[in-house]
Amino acid sequence: MNGIRSSYVYRRAVDRAVRAACVLAAIVALVPLFLVLYYVTVRGIGGLNWAFFTELPKPVGEAGGGAANAIVGSIQLVGLACLFGIPLGVLAGVFLAEFGQSFFGRMVRFAADVMAGVPSVTIGIFIYALVVLPTKQFSAYAGGLALAVIMLPTVTRTTEELLKLVPEALREAALGLGVPQWRTTLWVMLRTAAPGVATGIMLAVARVAGETAPLLFTSFNNRFWARGLNEPISSLPVQIYTYAVSPYEDWHRQAWAAALVLVSLVLFLNVAARVLVRNRVRSR
Amino acid sequence: MMMGYSSAPIGARENSEKDVISREAQSPTATRERPQEEPATANVKMRAGDLRAFFGKAEVIKGISLPFPENKVTAIIGPSGCGKSTFIRCLNRMHEVVPGARAAGEVLLDSDDIYAMDPVRLRRRVGMVFQKPNPFPTMSIRGNVLAGLKLNGIRPDDPDGLAEKTLRQVALWDEVKDGLGRSGMSLSGGQQQRLCIARTLAMEPEVILMDEPCSALDPIATARVEELIHELQKQYTIVIVTHNMQQAARVAQYTAFFYMGELVEHDETNVIFTRPAQARTEDYITGRFG
Repeated sequence: MNGIRSSYVYRRAVDRAVRAACVLAAIVALVPLFLVLYYVTVRGIGGLNWAFFTELPKPVGEAGGGAANAIVGSIQLVGLACLFGIPLGVLAGVFLAEFGQSFFGRMVRFAADVMAGVPSVTIGIFIYALVVLPTKQFSAYAGGLALAVIMLPTVTRTTEELLKLVPEALREAALGLGVPQWRTTLWVMLRTAAPGVATGIMLAVARVAGETAPLLFTSFNNRFWARGLNEPISSLPVQIYTYAVSPYEDWHRQAWAAALVLVSLVLFLNVAARVLVRNRVRSR
Repeated sequence: MMMGYSSAPIGARENSEKDVISREAQSPTATRERPQEEPATANVKMRAGDLRAFFGKAEVIKGISLPFPENKVTAIIGPSGCGKSTFIRCLNRMHEVVPGARAAGEVLLDSDDIYAMDPVRLRRRVGMVFQKPNPFPTMSIRGNVLAGLKLNGIRPDDPDGLAEKTLRQVALWDEVKDGLGRSGMSLSGGQQQRLCIARTLAMEPEVILMDEPCSALDPIATARVEELIHELQKQYTIVIVTHNMQQAARVAQYTAFFYMGELVEHDETNVIFTRPAQARTEDYITGRFG
């Protein structure tokens, strides 16, 4: 009796210890995130004003000015990346889910997994060699393309994995109703997986929105408005980098403000996507 | 009935003579009047001739010939793994959707070989209800009923009227009319299955295949679906696979007993259950094996 009792006490102690360890680990994992958010907000909020969102950067030595071109540039670059990356990635994911058991399919999957691990600076150089050198200029297109290549593996693999989670019974139901296979795949399988796929896309977008290295080789930077997408274009990450390594106090403040805007933009995108997806699912 | 025969190709005619009774079942019952020989009541809508089905190299249906009389319910019974489901999945070419699966032999719908048809068109004529209710989770109740049309890009003239008519046909209208916009998944299992039947009916098929439609349902929901089958046979030819022999006895005019991928016996349901010709049939329906 005593033995049972003491082993019970022991097991309860172990249970509590493990639980405490889990909570502790979760807190430790979250601390850096909140510290970053806190620090960026505290340091960046002072530099935010109307001019920051509406004006171009001022020349060195002049106070004030803004980062309007970088904000718009970042949005344009991410938009281009989505334009190239999402259709390609989603379709590749559909291919892998539907026909991925072939040798070619396994190769594509392997390539996607390897690509996901390639450092983004390498992809920047790749696009530099592929687009910038032949066209002899940095451009928004090149930047968008580099970001799209970075997005591609994530979008492809999440689409595939989420499609595989859709029950086969739904495919059979649609085919049994005399629906052709391509319509079944697009309007039943992909549609059912859509909320998850959208989340995967948002994560990919959030990741590329903060990429700096590949943009240094592709879209470069621009102190003025880009007159077209085939010109060098300013972006928040590159602007932050440029300002942060400069010796000017005023630029440092601008860098913090730009960082805050970037973080907010990503956060907003994430929350918006989640709310949109949730509302669409609920309305059904 | 003769119409069904006369335009069939030569091979089909030979088959149809052979399959009047399955080979094993022939001798002891040769004198008994067979359902196929009653043209007044049994116009054959669909007919399998020496049908074989394979998964890879394994032959799971070993040459089955079976007629399905129009506006009648034919039940297929047999122990698990005897090939019942595979067989009816061959009747609308859903079998071949599984990787590595194929079928050989012949299936005639009216007098056309379904294996020469476009499977997509065939499945609009031969609808299917599955074992587990599988409404589309992204669609409303109304959307589910009209799903077949919508997914095929067909716009009905009066979608609301069609939805109501079809839901009334499956006796679901009164239960859902105030919430047609709700998700199909919000219904109970039995309601979901009737919704799936409605979805099949909206395509206006000629034949309805039911693969154990009640095995996931409770007895009350089962009774409702059986009632529904009874109503539906006025307009449709129905083939139902069931594990439940009482169900076969309740809903079907004809019953076929399958064992190990072969047809053991096929006859009017009351004959199968009261005076089966084959010892194996008797053993199965009395519960001595299977």
